[in-house]
Amino acid sequence: MTLVSTWFILIAVLWTGFFILEGFDLGVGMLHGVVGGDEAGRRAAINTIGPLWDGNEVWLVVAGAGMFAAFPGWYATMFSGLYLALVVLLAALIVRGVSFEFRGKVDGQRWRQTWDWLLTGGSLFVPLLLGVGLGDLLAGLPIDSSQEYTGSFLDLLTPYGLFVGVTFVLLCLMHGGTFLALKTTDHVRTRSLHLTRRIAPVTCVAVLVFAVWTQVTAGRGVLPNLLEVTAVLAVVAGAWLLAEGREGWAFAASTVAIAASVSSIFTELYPRVMVSSTSSAFDLTVHNTASGTYALKVMTVVAVILLPVVLAYQAWTYHVFRARVRPEDFAPAVPAAAEPS
Amino acid sequence: MSQLDLARLQFAMTSIYHFLFVPVTIGLAFLTALLQTAWHRSNRPEYLRLTRFFGTLLLINVAVGVVTGLVQEFQFGMDWSTYSRTVGDVFGAPLAMEGLAAFFLESTFLGLWVFGWDKLPRRVHLATIWAVAAGASLSAAFIMAANSWMQHPVGYTINTSTGRPQLNDIWAVLTNPVFLWGYVHVLLASLVTAAVVMLGVSAWQLRRGNAPEVFKSSARLALIVLTPSIVLAMFVGSELGVVEARYQPMKIAAAEAQWTTCQPCSFSLFQVGGGNDDKTPTKVIAIPHLLSLLATNSWNGQVTGLNEVQSSYEQQYGPGNYVPNVFVQYWAMRVMAYAAVGIMGVAAWGIWLLWRKKRLAGATLFLRLAVWAVILPFLMNTAGWLLTESGRQPWIVQGVQLTKNGVSPSVSTTSVAISLVAFLLLYGALAVVDVVLMMRYARRELAAGPAAEDAEAVVPAMTY
Repeated sequence: MTLVSTWFILIAVLWTGFFILEGFDLGVGMLHGVVGGDEAGRRAAINTIGPLWDGNEVWLVVAGAGMFAAFPGWYATMFSGLYLALVVLLAALIVRGVSFEFRGKVDGQRWRQTWDWLLTGGSLFVPLLLGVGLGDLLAGLPIDSSQEYTGSFLDLLTPYGLFVGVTFVLLCLMHGGTFLALKTTDHVRTRSLHLTRRIAPVTCVAVLVFAVWTQVTAGRGVLPNLLEVTAVLAVVAGAWLLAEGREGWAFAASTVAIAASVSSIFTELYPRVMVSSTSSAFDLTVHNTASGTYALKVMTVVAVILLPVVLAYQAWTYHVFRARVRPEDFAPAVPAAAEPS
Repeated sequence: MSQLDLARLQFAMTSIYHFLFVPVTIGLAFLTALLQTAWHRSNRPEYLRLTRFFGTLLLINVAVGVVTGLVQEFQFGMDWSTYSRTVGDVFGAPLAMEGLAAFFLESTFLGLWVFGWDKLPRRVHLATIWAVAAGASLSAAFIMAANSWMQHPVGYTINTSTGRPQLNDIWAVLTNPVFLWGYVHVLLASLVTAAVVMLGVSAWQLRRGNAPEVFKSSARLALIVLTPSIVLAMFVGSELGVVEARYQPMKIAAAEAQWTTCQPCSFSLFQVGGGNDDKTPTKVIAIPHLLSLLATNSWNGQVTGLNEVQSSYEQQYGPGNYVPNVFVQYWAMRVMAYAAVGIMGVAAWGIWLLWRKKRLAGATLFLRLAVWAVILPFLMNTAGWLLTESGRQPWIVQGVQLTKNGVSPSVSTTSVAISLVAFLLLYGALAVVDVVLMMRYARRELAAGPAAEDAEAVVPAMTY
């Protein structure tokens, strides 16, 4: 396999890893207010991802930096083309990121409500915008012969891109809701299960349409390929397992569904990285956007050494925090006098 | 304003803002790790209380540092797409390594540290804060390597068919002298920043008489770290100046508004007037030989004047104006240096008090000064970055690409203006919230520690 193909796969893996991991914490961000019920419940929901979300988000940072290093042309065209969408994305990531930390730092209902809304809204916009962005890569954007984006902001709103955005939001909701059911107890768990069971069928329909539409957009007929079939089967399995109350297996299924959905966009793209709607002669490909052989070799060595280490310690983190989070641990403190000495 | 001006303003604004938080994170992670190590070894509860007190300040600070860092990475592609397209082959590699080697380490272990107090064995938990400190320091290494390549590009060839730089020696990029000196300089400045913050917070608490025995320890630790750090930071900074004078003569000549070549060269304390249109400012109190010493490391060294560098650059790169903003260079140099001297004064006073076994808690004037000194390292860091980045202009990569040729062709002036306003509002709001929270938590009374006989008790996690 050539170096550029290896790096295309690595970039796809980084994006897929990002959506698997950040996918559930985005879902938790969107759902924490609804499934929490009360302040203790909301805190329990947020604390399920407390130790994890920051490390998950680094997958996005590394995916972006990896594109910069391995495919500077792709990074340059995509990031300048999606300019205003990325401004909104960054704003969403910023308010979401600080809301975790700031929310509990002042004891006041309005303070917490404000950050709850920002966390919810931020967590909604991130998968929506990234979905639109990744969908646009395949749907095609006006790009000229010098690899420059020539459209306006409205040109970014391709029907397929918008649908991918909605599908990603639904997948994150299902993934996050299942995660909450798996990681909490008492009323938070019950409410998460209940709500996610309702979201799941909608997600199933969306993924089915996504699978077909992706095929059509890629110009490969109507019948989905293996990855897209996997995505559909996994999301249906997830919905069924949720109904059966087996949230552990349901989480495995939603993981597969997200992974297959995200990576199907990349497999349909290859060897292109951005489709030009102006002319297929102007398509950005792994070949006309890649860095030189030396840079790719250096980066391959670094990635081969470091990625397994990263995966190992991130897996260890998940192991350390495997226990369910109980809302009663966040119940308002009992007055000191009543505490047994 | 043009797209170029707005894009530059946006990059400058977001970078300066981001770097208010970065040095605190790097330095405070290290200091918190030291405090926790002290607790681990001595089992004295005051060290645990301090670890958690300053750890909370670290977390408030990290939150803003992390999210504003995202903007930094995205901006290269958004506002500077031609730059990214041209140099991504070289510049992208250290950025990707930064993510893989440093960001993962820092963020994953920070989660383990915050939430792992009651889940990890004490020794392992101690290791997690050291991993955070290592990750933070390592991230600075890679971004400094990337930045140093813009100051002094090495380890590349120009691809003849694309005309773009291509990496051909990663080792050269990672041993770039500008990088080595610059990285150590940044690490030391980070220690200085965090130590001054710790000293200032402790001084505030000591003046109020809150837990004086405990905050005396943190004030002492801050002073012990601060004193050698500020001395070394100034020494390394002056060595960095010599290195930069070699590769970027404009930068250093502009820092003294030295239009004509001189030997030996004096350094003025301040000037009246000056700037690119006023080549004969009134320089006040010129210290003989100091510029020669700073720029060349020798008593009688020659410093090439701006006029002469300009004419040699015109010959080398064609017609154009290659002189950076002299007014900014001159004053950035002085604000940085004077803030550093001010910090050194505070450190010396504090060390003297410790040395003479004076009661720190009773030295009212010193404590008052130490609180206000917190502003100095931030001035120093900001001025330092202005000196090095504004001094690189008009180049985005010294000698390889001009800044005006690096912008995104597909992005309109309106788009940049919209994003600039959006980030201004967002960052402004974040600054208010962050300062309010930092002050609130810095002034909070110290949480009670475990009873001394309870040293083996489980410490609860710091949850959201």
